[in-house]
Amino acid sequence: MSVRTTCPYCGVGCGVLASSDGTIQGDPEHPANYGRLCSKGSALGETIDLDGRLLAPQIGGRRASWDDALDLVAERFSQAIAEHGPDSVAFYVSGQLLTEDYYVANKLMKGFIGSANIDTNSRLCMASSVAGHKRAFGTDTVPGTYADLEEADLIVLVGSNLAWCHPVLHQRIAAAKEARPAMRVVNVDPRRTATSELADLHLQIAPDGDIALFNGLLAHLADVEAIDLDYVTAHVNGCREAIDAARKSDPLESGLAAFDLQEFYRLWAGTKKVVTVYSQGVNQSSCGSDKVNAILNCHLATGRIGTPGSGPFSVTGQPNAMGGREVGGLANMLANHLDIENADHRDAVQGFWGSPTISAKPGLKAVDLFEACASGQIKALWVMSTNPAVSLPDADGVAEAIRAVPFVAVTDILERTDTGDLADVLLPATGWGEKDGTVTNSERRISRQRAFLPAPGEARPDWKIICDVAAHMGWEDAFDYAGPAEVFAEYLALSGATRDFGRDLDLSLFADVDYAKLIPTQWPQDDQRFFAKGGFYHPDGKAKMLPVVAPSQAAGTGLRLNTGRVRDQWHTMTRTGKSPRLGSHLAEPYVEIHPVDAGALGIGDADIVELSAGRAEGLFRALITPKVARGNLFAPMHWTRQRSSASWVNALVDVGTDPVSGQPALKAGQVQAQRFAASWYGFMASASSIETVAKYSAVARTKTGWQAELAGNDRPDWLELIKHLTSTTGTDASFVEDRQAGTIRIALTRGDTLQALFFAAPEPVALARAHAVSLIGTETGGLDALAGFPGAGQVAPGATVCACMSVGINTLRQAITDGATSVEALGACTGAGTSCGSCKPELKALLLEQTSPLAAE
Amino acid sequence: MRKRLIVIGAGMATGRVLERLFEAGDDYDVTLFNAEPRGNYDRIMLSPVLAGEKLFEDIVTHDSGWYESHGVTCRFGEKVVQIDRVAKTVTAENGDLLSYDKLLFGTGSNPFMIPLPGHELDGVIAYRDFEDTERMMAMSEGSKCVVIGGGLLGLEAAAGMAARGVDVTVVHLMGHLMERQLDEAAGYLLRKALVDKGITVICQANSKEILGEDGKVRALLLDDGTELPCDLLVMAVGIRPNVALAQNAELRVGRGLVVNDQMVTSDPDILAVGECVEHRGVLFGLVAPLYDQAEVVARTLLGLDAVFEQRELSTKLKVTGCDLFSAGDFADGEGRESIVFRDPSRGIYRRLVIEGTRVVGAVMYGDTSDSGWFYGLIKSNADIAEMRDTLIFGPSYQGVTPPDPFPAVAASLLKSSSAGGNGLIKNENLERRAA
Repeated sequence: MSVRTTCPYCGVGCGVLASSDGTIQGDPEHPANYGRLCSKGSALGETIDLDGRLLAPQIGGRRASWDDALDLVAERFSQAIAEHGPDSVAFYVSGQLLTEDYYVANKLMKGFIGSANIDTNSRLCMASSVAGHKRAFGTDTVPGTYADLEEADLIVLVGSNLAWCHPVLHQRIAAAKEARPAMRVVNVDPRRTATSELADLHLQIAPDGDIALFNGLLAHLADVEAIDLDYVTAHVNGCREAIDAARKSDPLESGLAAFDLQEFYRLWAGTKKVVTVYSQGVNQSSCGSDKVNAILNCHLATGRIGTPGSGPFSVTGQPNAMGGREVGGLANMLANHLDIENADHRDAVQGFWGSPTISAKPGLKAVDLFEACASGQIKALWVMSTNPAVSLPDADGVAEAIRAVPFVAVTDILERTDTGDLADVLLPATGWGEKDGTVTNSERRISRQRAFLPAPGEARPDWKIICDVAAHMGWEDAFDYAGPAEVFAEYLALSGATRDFGRDLDLSLFADVDYAKLIPTQWPQDDQRFFAKGGFYHPDGKAKMLPVVAPSQAAGTGLRLNTGRVRDQWHTMTRTGKSPRLGSHLAEPYVEIHPVDAGALGIGDADIVELSAGRAEGLFRALITPKVARGNLFAPMHWTRQRSSASWVNALVDVGTDPVSGQPALKAGQVQAQRFAASWYGFMASASSIETVAKYSAVARTKTGWQAELAGNDRPDWLELIKHLTSTTGTDASFVEDRQAGTIRIALTRGDTLQALFFAAPEPVALARAHAVSLIGTETGGLDALAGFPGAGQVAPGATVCACMSVGINTLRQAITDGATSVEALGACTGAGTSCGSCKPELKALLLEQTSPLAAE
Repeated sequence: MRKRLIVIGAGMATGRVLERLFEAGDDYDVTLFNAEPRGNYDRIMLSPVLAGEKLFEDIVTHDSGWYESHGVTCRFGEKVVQIDRVAKTVTAENGDLLSYDKLLFGTGSNPFMIPLPGHELDGVIAYRDFEDTERMMAMSEGSKCVVIGGGLLGLEAAAGMAARGVDVTVVHLMGHLMERQLDEAAGYLLRKALVDKGITVICQANSKEILGEDGKVRALLLDDGTELPCDLLVMAVGIRPNVALAQNAELRVGRGLVVNDQMVTSDPDILAVGECVEHRGVLFGLVAPLYDQAEVVARTLLGLDAVFEQRELSTKLKVTGCDLFSAGDFADGEGRESIVFRDPSRGIYRRLVIEGTRVVGAVMYGDTSDSGWFYGLIKSNADIAEMRDTLIFGPSYQGVTPPDPFPAVAASLLKSSSAGGNGLIKNENLERRAA
């Protein structure tokens, strides 16, 4: 019996049909995905096991009762508030929380504790979009709907690797483009990504060149008289000033050639139905808010907003970033899209809550919050369902800051996370599939998450934990809910009570809905767009075009480090990291580096690269590719201290925040790079977990257990090393050693069963990894196991391309050699790309690589 | 008139010579002397007989019917006592004088008996023939036996008796067993296998004296004072070519009976084959070169051209159920590098000795499945530089699907098909539209 719920990953918010046996299917009736799922969503069934779960509260690393843990949290928070005031405590919460969780957390902090020190990892995600929206529209409103992506004649993807980060939207665009080949897609990104495969034009922009690009566009629109004077006159302020400012920008500062700029500008100016989709490449910048406004300016100036097939479209990274924004779960918001600085708004909310107080000023935003932790201002901190010790810039500094706080509580589903490891109290939360609530996706659609599994151990839902703490702090009456439905009902009631303020967030449609049966529905109602006929939320009802200035492109001394995501991982891998299928796509932290830079630094394929910034250092596998521009690097942000020895990339990024939104510039690291002088490289596959004890370690789940990529600059005793890498005991070891060549292979068996394989060599180890992994747990022994690749008559599938169907690159290349000439043909003969379709861009690239050798590099 | 061929010794080598002669249809009248009172049998298979796995009848290679059908005059249990090369006659033990046109020596070898005090006691034997085997087979369960010599023959004897419930101790002078065929690691595995069979193995053991009682062996005394009680003492410390008769006949004899490449001795009508032979300074104890010699002898007797060539030495043996193989030179040394595979729990070991880019030696224990291929690499002096990393895994791991050249990031190393020089890409339709 399957349950209708939603995916817990990105902001697309796909509907999922889930069963307690782990069967996962896309919900064909959900308007976000109509049955589609990406590789991450498809693998959700592999993430719901209880391995590593936190199943009971812990105090100081020891199991404790809920009562003791709640008492302690309440006591330490109350004590800090009593001694140092409400601003001495803070919550750092998550876009993974459900709206109900968020609502009670916000209510507790702002209405009862009396501080606005509640910020969220959404600050890292879309704070600049929120700021841009508010500056332009008067409120944080996403004007369009997903259907616009299908109706547009031109889609401009700015700073968005949609193919990997919002795969289902990417698929919807790809399907629309196939059905309507006249549709154009332009991809603006400093690096070439899987998304570029879909694009008619890839504009390899200089980092933070967006404002120059869009200011140039605005000036061009004015020049070619593409400004919608009627719309602007009726609904927009500041158009002239914005255009004047735009003319002062030099479009060439975007880093693009004049010809390409003209082509893009002509295309944009000449296409009425244009959607500009933007994401972290815009938001995670020291000028992110201005980038957003530069984009919004173009849409406002042309009136291309809120009509089918046109408008700006911020796609959020998290499943409930939008829900969090709606209930006010950010330090600079109040609740329900109301303003913290507005006394009328505060009075209304305080009155509704019947709360003893209400925070009158914005609290600390994420980066400032952890600086306040470091400085000693924060005496008690509660981190909920997020991992700031990995995800924030200067991640090691943040870890130190958390350690410096006298009392830290962490709520999570896992016992071990980089942040949980720093906590005084661990509180076990129910995870996806175990909890009930609502989420809002990027197109304002509220969907239910529904439980289909029992709560494991003593885990409780986040809203319940927050209410329990509130009760232990003495506010049980205000936090007495029988379930999430009652929280949601209160949220709706607050919305009703504040409707007179005339904000965009109108939930009246939901007032009479049966929470249990709530079907995915947009607010204020399905298919309603905003602003086609004005109706903005500034006092005069008009929008504001903002004059924005392109940042000067200061030349850094090192290489520019861009960070981001990979196709098959989510955030800090606490869930996707459990899935063997997902771990097989890109199983280690890597850095993309241009061939010229790599050559100058003496870095070869598969070398380990040491990146450093100040005191911070990190190790990453070199992926030499012209997809990044010279002087630029790219590294994924998923790896943690649990899964790597030295590869949590945000430790290397510490370059300030957007002054308006407080969003950190996570894509603008300045680093030095050099080849890591490894004396050995290794690979291990094991039935049991692998510790990150080597200088370079990257651990991933496999179908047969675990695997690790390893390297070191020492001369280890191999057997000693293996003892530290794995806790496996009672095994027999067999070896192949070529001491002069410096290669060693070790197999550990228990009885006849292969428990672990270890390979090391002075060069990056060449072996068929998937094959080696597949041998673990079998009775393959001796030389056949130690060879690390299949002998005659066997074919190694090669590195995984299609995670859903487990299809490797060798299998695909063979299929192409055997005559497959299209993505569909590859799917028919290998199964690749036939499930979630996230790998289709890679299949396409593979086909082009093999079938048109002249076009290949 | 049919030519007369007299063969002295009915061993494995002369048996093969006769087969080849008769296959060629030649009309030699053959007289076959054998000191043992029986005809040709497979001496290698005495061990399974000792172990009780085979009966003696099973290992007889040529029975009386075969000799009869080929007109061989068998004089088994009779020795030749004298040869007159001028008259071209031999004298049998009973005084019979027989003329020959060609004479073939196949006198084999004698086991070397260390002249320890007490070596003539009753119960001190070698392990050479069926009589020795019968002696060992007669040992009762629980009785004690000491074997001096940890080479192939000694270990076969030890294992065979151990299989019969005899309490066996092997005493070996060198540091590890079968040191000529195995390196130390393989010798260790072999020792472990024997110990697992209940055999006591003492290496680096110097025998001092054989102690007796009433003319019968009682114990072996080692020079460290250890006394090893025994009811039977088997010496298996090596063989010496049996050249006494040849020496009497004043044939050229070195360590063995010297032959040329055609297997002819210093007398053009006298040939020799087998363990009694010395060819280019080398003696022979393994069956493969003996069979090669037999082929040459037969062709020479038939008047055909033939040359005996010593092949690169390789040894592939089964010792007490353990497969082992060695070839080439596997001693450690300057410029020598080793690729080693060890699987102690399964008792498998493989070592390749590399010099530069060539394999010069190989030792395998427990699994000799790829020995032929390694032997070929040694013989052909093949350059293995390109396959050094995968060499030890054997022929089925060469030239197959190349392993992933890169670690986990391989999948995204897909070359991008259309990235232009300035990073700008376009689809054709857009270019056409823009043009």
